Amino acid sequence: MDEARIARRSLSPRLWLAGGWLVLALLAAVFAPLVAPQDPLAQDLMLERLPPFWLDGAEPGYWLGTDSLGRDLLSRLIFGGRIAFIVAFAAATSACLLGSTLGLIAGYLGGWADRMISRIVDVWMAFPPVLFAILLVAVLGTGLSSVIIAIAVIDWTRFCRVIRAEAMSQARMDYVESARIAGYGRIGIMLREVLPNVLPSVVALLSLEMGIAVIVEAILSFVNLSIATDDPTWGGIIAEGRLSIHQAWWVLVFPLVTLILTVLSFSQFGEGLKARFDPVLR
Amino acid sequence: MSACLDIHHLSAVLPNGQRVLRSVSLTVQPGEVRALVGESGAGKTMIGKAVLGVLPKSVRIVEGEMLIEGEDLGRLDAKARRTLIGARTALIPQDPLTALNPSRRIGPQMTDRLVRILGWSGERADSRIGQLLDEVQIRDPERVLRCYPHELSGGMRQRVLIAAAFAAEPRLIVADEPTTALDVTVQKQILRLIAQLQRDHGTAILFVTHDLGVVAKISQKVSVLYAGKVVEEAGTADLFAAPQHPYTRALMAATPRYTDPYASLKPVDEAVLAGLAAEIAASDRDWRPAHG
Repeated sequence: MDEARIARRSLSPRLWLAGGWLVLALLAAVFAPLVAPQDPLAQDLMLERLPPFWLDGAEPGYWLGTDSLGRDLLSRLIFGGRIAFIVAFAAATSACLLGSTLGLIAGYLGGWADRMISRIVDVWMAFPPVLFAILLVAVLGTGLSSVIIAIAVIDWTRFCRVIRAEAMSQARMDYVESARIAGYGRIGIMLREVLPNVLPSVVALLSLEMGIAVIVEAILSFVNLSIATDDPTWGGIIAEGRLSIHQAWWVLVFPLVTLILTVLSFSQFGEGLKARFDPVLR
Repeated sequence: MSACLDIHHLSAVLPNGQRVLRSVSLTVQPGEVRALVGESGAGKTMIGKAVLGVLPKSVRIVEGEMLIEGEDLGRLDAKARRTLIGARTALIPQDPLTALNPSRRIGPQMTDRLVRILGWSGERADSRIGQLLDEVQIRDPERVLRCYPHELSGGMRQRVLIAAAFAAEPRLIVADEPTTALDVTVQKQILRLIAQLQRDHGTAILFVTHDLGVVAKISQKVSVLYAGKVVEEAGTADLFAAPQHPYTRALMAATPRYTDPYASLKPVDEAVLAGLAAEIAASDRDWRPAHG
């Protein structure tokens, strides 16, 4: 038991590395005006396509180089992080609330409620998600809130399916039966007996979903359907970088690396949290 | 004075029409321990679940009535039935490993029911739980109350569950094979505890078990169950002195004895089983569900 505990503890560099990157990126995004070395929108054609700092021809103050319009890449990545994190938190939380609630109801109550919710989920998941998102944003109009709504509306099914399955197995547990005998109502049992046991999965999924929201936002801004302003987004930078891949590879590579690191961190952070949250594993 | 639990001609069927309870009648007087014995699948647990209102959805009661202290459960609406069952009964479950919520600490889990369902003050619930933990001989109640279930041994968890069952002073406790999942050395202590608390609190117990040794130790009355039918009912002493039904005699003969540990186990005799099958078939022939 103790050895297992120690083994589990020593796994948590994963939690620290992932959490560290997320905190760093989040702080940079929040304090972007203070942290960013340059104005992310300032164009300077004299400084176009500067390479990153370790290559010949780099300019001090432009650490990751510049794009074809001479805008500082690092500053654009930092400001782009603002949109990414806002979308990640808002969209994932909305999807989580919607999906988990429906999943809990379907899994615990069963019967017609389950049949109805499950059918809706089946139909929903038959739509290709990215096309669905593009369609939704096209209908809702571009803008931050449209992106958030689109992601929540598409991805609640992910929560619903997992939480439904867990709630179903919880509903068969003896302590749920004891609670029924004691006279708890259905909602009371869902909140007191079932929810605490599915919470670790909710947390892990929530974190994973934040990563997915970052990707979807990047995809939407890649196809120019995210926010309508000139504000930099990671997907937008990637789209620009794609055009100049032969002249300035860094404009494509750095936002991709940032995106991958962030998404990976979200999923690893979630798994780490789940292990921490679960009293049996702890 | 009405019986604590009164079951009349209770029959239940599965969706395919198969009967799982065959016109079961039994009473538990206040303060009495009634044992329900039978092999697995005999419907012992089903009776307990029926009383507590937690039958699986697939099992349907088609006949008979259940009265708790004179109140007919069938005549109450769902909410009133839940309230009555919650206030007057409790369950000591079979498997202490799955009967406690793994993600909640023991303390809140125990007091929650008293406070939320029965409307006790937090202080009263705490002191009550403290007293009960003392009665089930848990030495450091403070520590136990702060624990998560997985931090306690099976025996400790069963003590906690026994304390929780007695906490609200129910009139009737259904004990569903409460010692089966435990280590043999712990079984005896747990049994003694249940008997002790039962005497002290004057609670009636419907004690479901397959172990005749346990029956002899704890109960005053016994109902022997086979295939959902009560084949014999008697006072415990009488049953052991002079079992009437051939199945009861066969069960007793099948019980392994400590005095002769190398004797081979005796299965129930074929002739007895054939007789039982005939008896069940006969009762099914005569049976017409009153409604349903």
